Amino acid sequence: MQLTQLTIDAARSAVQERKTTALALAEAHYARIQDEDEQIGAFLTLCKERALEQADRIDRMAAEGKPLPPLGGVPVGIKDVMSTRGVRTTAGSKILGHYIPPYDCTAVARMEAAGAMVLGKTNCDEFAMGSSNENSAFRPVHNPRDLSRVPGGSSGGSAAAVAADMAVVALGSDTGGSIRQPASFCGVVGLMPTYGRVSRYGLIAFASSLDHIGPLTKTVKDAAIVLRTIAGRDPMDATSADLPVPDYVAEIVKPVRGLRLGVAKEYFGEGLDGEVRHAVESAIDRLKSLGCEILQVSLPHTPYAIPAYYLIATAEASSNLARYDGVRYGSRAAGVKTLSEMYRRSRDEGFGAEVKRRIMLGTYALSAGYYVAYYLKAQKVRTLLTRDFEEAFRKVDAIVTPTSPTAAFRLGEKSNDPLAMYLADIYTVTADLTGIPGISIPCGETKEKLPIGLQILGKHFDEATILRVAHAYEEAA
Amino acid sequence: MKVTEKDVAYVADLANLELSAQERAGMVRDLNSILDYIERLSELDTSNVEPMAQVSDRYGVDESKQGSERFAYASREDVVEGLRKSLPQDVALANAPDADGTFFRVPKVIER
Repeated sequence: MQLTQLTIDAARSAVQERKTTALALAEAHYARIQDEDEQIGAFLTLCKERALEQADRIDRMAAEGKPLPPLGGVPVGIKDVMSTRGVRTTAGSKILGHYIPPYDCTAVARMEAAGAMVLGKTNCDEFAMGSSNENSAFRPVHNPRDLSRVPGGSSGGSAAAVAADMAVVALGSDTGGSIRQPASFCGVVGLMPTYGRVSRYGLIAFASSLDHIGPLTKTVKDAAIVLRTIAGRDPMDATSADLPVPDYVAEIVKPVRGLRLGVAKEYFGEGLDGEVRHAVESAIDRLKSLGCEILQVSLPHTPYAIPAYYLIATAEASSNLARYDGVRYGSRAAGVKTLSEMYRRSRDEGFGAEVKRRIMLGTYALSAGYYVAYYLKAQKVRTLLTRDFEEAFRKVDAIVTPTSPTAAFRLGEKSNDPLAMYLADIYTVTADLTGIPGISIPCGETKEKLPIGLQILGKHFDEATILRVAHAYEEAA
Repeated sequence: MKVTEKDVAYVADLANLELSAQERAGMVRDLNSILDYIERLSELDTSNVEPMAQVSDRYGVDESKQGSERFAYASREDVVEGLRKSLPQDVALANAPDADGTFFRVPKVIER
């Protein structure tokens, strides 16, 4: 048995049936990290003691013949924007380089309560701001499929860890595409649930009206298992919805025949790479051959999503990141004489270039004289985008698009052009702005063997349908 | 050009950032390039469109209820340590760059 190439169910049943142990699974993944991660850079911090304690707990359950919980003995990576008690959590930033949270993020706690072994914390763009993982203050991540290319971002470490078999699954966060775009670049599954479906308690905030937590996995079924584990109301997060959580694992095997899938021309326009277009169109044909009905829908405000997103996300970020002041946690500049100097110099030294750029843009958009022209305008465009989807979802059950306009680009290719980097999120930001769920699944490769992602967008709180379509495609492909 | 060096200095001040001379020049260039792109929002007539700050008041709520009643599930008892225990003082101070065991220590606030 190849211990680092298992799905959740395969790993769990192997431990349950005593064909292997949770300890052996953890050790095999740590060995893989030891061998591979120097060149990839997916992990920032390992927490072996914590993982092995959990392994011991699971192995004792298995030895006693007790049924293991759904993620029993499954090695996982956690994006370093989720708080882990006693384990350094940096958000990819120098300013939190030594931060040790005193509590656990709810999503992490739920994963561990379900038996998962947390191997460590995965690399990401600083404060989840980026589309290539080059904004990590510690080191860039390299795409396991081609080391000269980026893994996408901001959950690049999570995507690379799963793609390189250094974890069975990983949690990521998505504010503008940060789960789906790296999933697409690394050839794995990435699910962003509906806004409110998964608690954000313990997630280091970037843009609170846009932040989501979700899984990156090797299969659609694994994404369904993880979502079932982390979804549902959490009293510690007032924005978590008070709705029942369906059994996604049972939902994904339902037939897709007769489902209506929308295709919007706005997602196939200028800037879409020819090979990506071809792969996505072939995937749509495949879904049609599975009995789905393909319908044209219109999402006319799509070209305005990126500008609206970069105003709203940066405005919220400028407010959220005001907390890094060098007082209660985070680094403080040395030798400062006044309070004001302490704030400025600590933030100057602690934040990287992209974070400063976004704080500046957001502060500008909220400042007197520009609030109405920029921030309020963007919020109104958010309404228009929401109406586009409401209209489209009257006709269809889900919408299929490319995840990203191109396959993975090279390190350094866009790092000096912020706007070019922002456009990598052109097909993903709409779901964040409108709160709908989206999943990216692999749908082929370019001639250079780079993975291509198919995005499936669904109605609010209808992850079941997009998982079902994704599962049917995965089975057929 | 929308944003001048003077604007950058003003906004940096609001954001509690200092920025080196080189950073400021880069910021003028980048902000103008991004704002030029953002300018396309003005093509849209939004005079009769309501702004939307977030999505959770539109979906997944009980439509039969009004206003804040729809979020009654998110309210909690007004009691000390209702949902979780407060952090002990030493734990709360553990990540501080400078603390004296009781308080966070900062440079002098009032110059006199």
